[in-house]
Amino acid sequence: MAKLFAVTIIVIAIASAIPIVMHIWEPPADISVHGKMIDEQMSETMVEAGICFLVAQLVLGFFIWRYSNRPKTEKIKSFPGGARGLVAAAVVVVGLEVMALGAFGTRAWAAIYFTPPSPNALPVQVQAGQFAFYFRYPGPDGKFGPLHPELINEGTENFFGLDTTHDADSKDDIVTAELAVPVNRDIHLLMHSKDVGHSFFVRELRIQQDFVPGLDLSVHFTPTKIGRYEILCTQLCGLGHYNMKAYLEVMSQDDFDKWLEQQAALQ
Amino acid sequence: MHGSSQQIVHHHAPPTGFIRKYVFSLDHKVIGEQYYALALVAVYIGLVLSWIMRIHLAWPNAAIPGLQFLSKTGAPGGLLTPEYYLQLMTMHGTIMVFFVLTTAPFAGFGNYFLPIQVGAEDMPFPHINMMSFWVTFVAFCVAVAAFFVPQGPPLSGWTAYAPLSALGAVAGPGQGTGQVLWAVSIGIFCIGQLLGSLNFISTTLDMRCKGMSLMRLPITVWAWFITSCIGLTAFAVLMPACILLILDHIAGTSFFIPSGLVVNDQLQPHAGGSTLLWQHLFWFFGHPEVYIAIVPAMGVVSHVLITSMRRPLLSHRVIIYSMIAIGFLSYMVYGHHMFLSGMNPFSSIAFSFPTLAITVPATIIVLIWIGSLYGSKLRINTASLFALGFISMFVSGGISGFFLAQPSIDIMLHATYFVVGHFHLVMAVAALFGIFAGTYFWFGKVTGRMMNETLGKIHFWVTFVGAYCIFMPFHYLGMAGNVRRYQAFVDDFMGPLMPVHKFITIAALITGAAQLVFLYNLIHSRFWGKPAPQNPWEGTSLEWTIPSPPPFDNFGGKIPVVYHDPYQYGIEASTGDFVMQDSPESINSVRDES
Repeated sequence: MAKLFAVTIIVIAIASAIPIVMHIWEPPADISVHGKMIDEQMSETMVEAGICFLVAQLVLGFFIWRYSNRPKTEKIKSFPGGARGLVAAAVVVVGLEVMALGAFGTRAWAAIYFTPPSPNALPVQVQAGQFAFYFRYPGPDGKFGPLHPELINEGTENFFGLDTTHDADSKDDIVTAELAVPVNRDIHLLMHSKDVGHSFFVRELRIQQDFVPGLDLSVHFTPTKIGRYEILCTQLCGLGHYNMKAYLEVMSQDDFDKWLEQQAALQ
Repeated sequence: MHGSSQQIVHHHAPPTGFIRKYVFSLDHKVIGEQYYALALVAVYIGLVLSWIMRIHLAWPNAAIPGLQFLSKTGAPGGLLTPEYYLQLMTMHGTIMVFFVLTTAPFAGFGNYFLPIQVGAEDMPFPHINMMSFWVTFVAFCVAVAAFFVPQGPPLSGWTAYAPLSALGAVAGPGQGTGQVLWAVSIGIFCIGQLLGSLNFISTTLDMRCKGMSLMRLPITVWAWFITSCIGLTAFAVLMPACILLILDHIAGTSFFIPSGLVVNDQLQPHAGGSTLLWQHLFWFFGHPEVYIAIVPAMGVVSHVLITSMRRPLLSHRVIIYSMIAIGFLSYMVYGHHMFLSGMNPFSSIAFSFPTLAITVPATIIVLIWIGSLYGSKLRINTASLFALGFISMFVSGGISGFFLAQPSIDIMLHATYFVVGHFHLVMAVAALFGIFAGTYFWFGKVTGRMMNETLGKIHFWVTFVGAYCIFMPFHYLGMAGNVRRYQAFVDDFMGPLMPVHKFITIAALITGAAQLVFLYNLIHSRFWGKPAPQNPWEGTSLEWTIPSPPPFDNFGGKIPVVYHDPYQYGIEASTGDFVMQDSPESINSVRDES
């Protein structure tokens, strides 16, 4: 029974590692400037975690095989070095390893959160609400008009609560249901929730950020590849959460300019 | 009392009537069994809920026969609606975390064995102890009642993030009465745990028998003691948080609701609250809660493993200090649940390092377990199999924490199945393995009858392999970007991952079925199992010095005196390779090798 158990642990450990080594289930290719750092950090962590996982499971399996059901005459032996050696191993090998990982990992985090958006970044406001995203571009004046929550009305398609009659800055604002952005330009996403908590997740962009009702946050990113990508809500927001999606369209600058003109005409 | 004479005073007499004996009992052993029974009812409800969710995820258009009787609107014709999926998911998490993982390894085993293992005839405050169980029972009834109110239970998940959880019925089905019942239930549950923790701490500190110094306490007692200290502070934060949430619902306050929110085109009459405040309060409890579930299981596993290995761990002290370190660090790491929540991004870095640091005491514990196996004389039985399985699960689940402790990687893995796989392995499955190890180990002591080993091994094998088949693929799904808390994945990039979901569901159905074998074994052995000897596993701690089942006052009116460290195995004594803690026999003690 003990030997069977030891073999089972070892087989499970190796079988668990196979899909990772063979890259069977992986995130799609990165399309952002900062994403490479996250991917590298993920790979490094995978190597170190993978080694720890396999070593621990294989040694556990081996010891169970070797030291179970021994004859009564045999004496108890102790691990060479005793607890002192193992504590040292835990502190020096594992402790320093994970701390170093954490320290290196802050580079990727800093690239997103501690670096301000570039001066020519395109500002886009995204509003999350049960169960849709809407996007707002500031128009030719470069300014967003103020929000009036009491004016929000889905029936009249005033999703943001804009007062285009009285607010001059709102008059040229462009509201859309999908997020179109020019390729290779920094995008400054201003995040606003109108009701409950939501989140903005685009796997290819390596960006995920919660919306906090009552607190407007922002993230910025530079997409590097033209294409159409899914935007998902990843913060449980109610019964339609699973269906709260939008699309990110990364376009050439020319296509984006044309698209924005078309959208302006539709307002 | 430690250091007092052997003379004892019965602080309550043996009960005679059925009600005082089995229902409103003051006996810590009966209360322990009541907690265990409550967890048993809860775990099978939680299991059925997970089956329903898994079937729906794999075959979203399949009707589940009979489900319409639970809710006509939530599952018309047995077909789960999106909102009812979330409602069942919320109840699965709530029932499993609070009423199983907190209740069984801590309150169940702890109530039964802590007083016996410290050499006490009961806890110092038996009435408070009785109250702690019945308060927990009421909390459970209130939680389950949410199934039967109009619109059903809440759909905001077991974390009940505000303002979804605070806005009331306007935010969605179950967010009115169902959510209030949830908050009331958890608030009451906190009271029960606070009362229980108080008793555990005072029993450990004040009720130890003569000779039972702190370092002579078995690891189980240390684990329950540390857990009580964690519980005393963690639940003391969650309870007021629940009260504030209830006030937001019924008193028009705005603790968790800011101004200007518009739901269904209606401007909400709230202003001034903070949504992140709920997350801070919840996770200040929520992360220590992980250790409230796992530390008692670590204690039980150590206890079972030592007895099975016929040797003490390489260091008794180091394990205890590591558990204390885990308890202490558990308060400094809660922010890793909130890396992407919108709190200051510098805080994420600040929370990341203590989270990574907690790897050190956890690794020390694992290495001491594995290192102690070296050169041991391991006996294989169902209890030791589950204890060894625990180590394997804890390692697998713990190592994925390397990823989630880093804010930059969390960007890709947060809110995906990777997280679900991580916490199920390290907290849920590992803690359940601890519960199973403890059950097979102590069943004979509690009931006077042994559990069936053949059925136990069938249960173990299916559960061990099955748990890996369920939860390892969760990690792969998460790495591919499969987000959690979705009731269907068919129309998007997650569609191609459906075969993995089907595999997981089949594994979950089989693994769940093995839990019915456990239930059968439990009930059958209770009445028809082989009679249990006093010390079937040749253990050394005080529970093995008394009959199975123990008498009402544990030690037959004579409080023991302790002469030895708790785990004197691998020696030459008159009893064999071990000596009981209360044996006056002089031996060459096994000392820590640290």
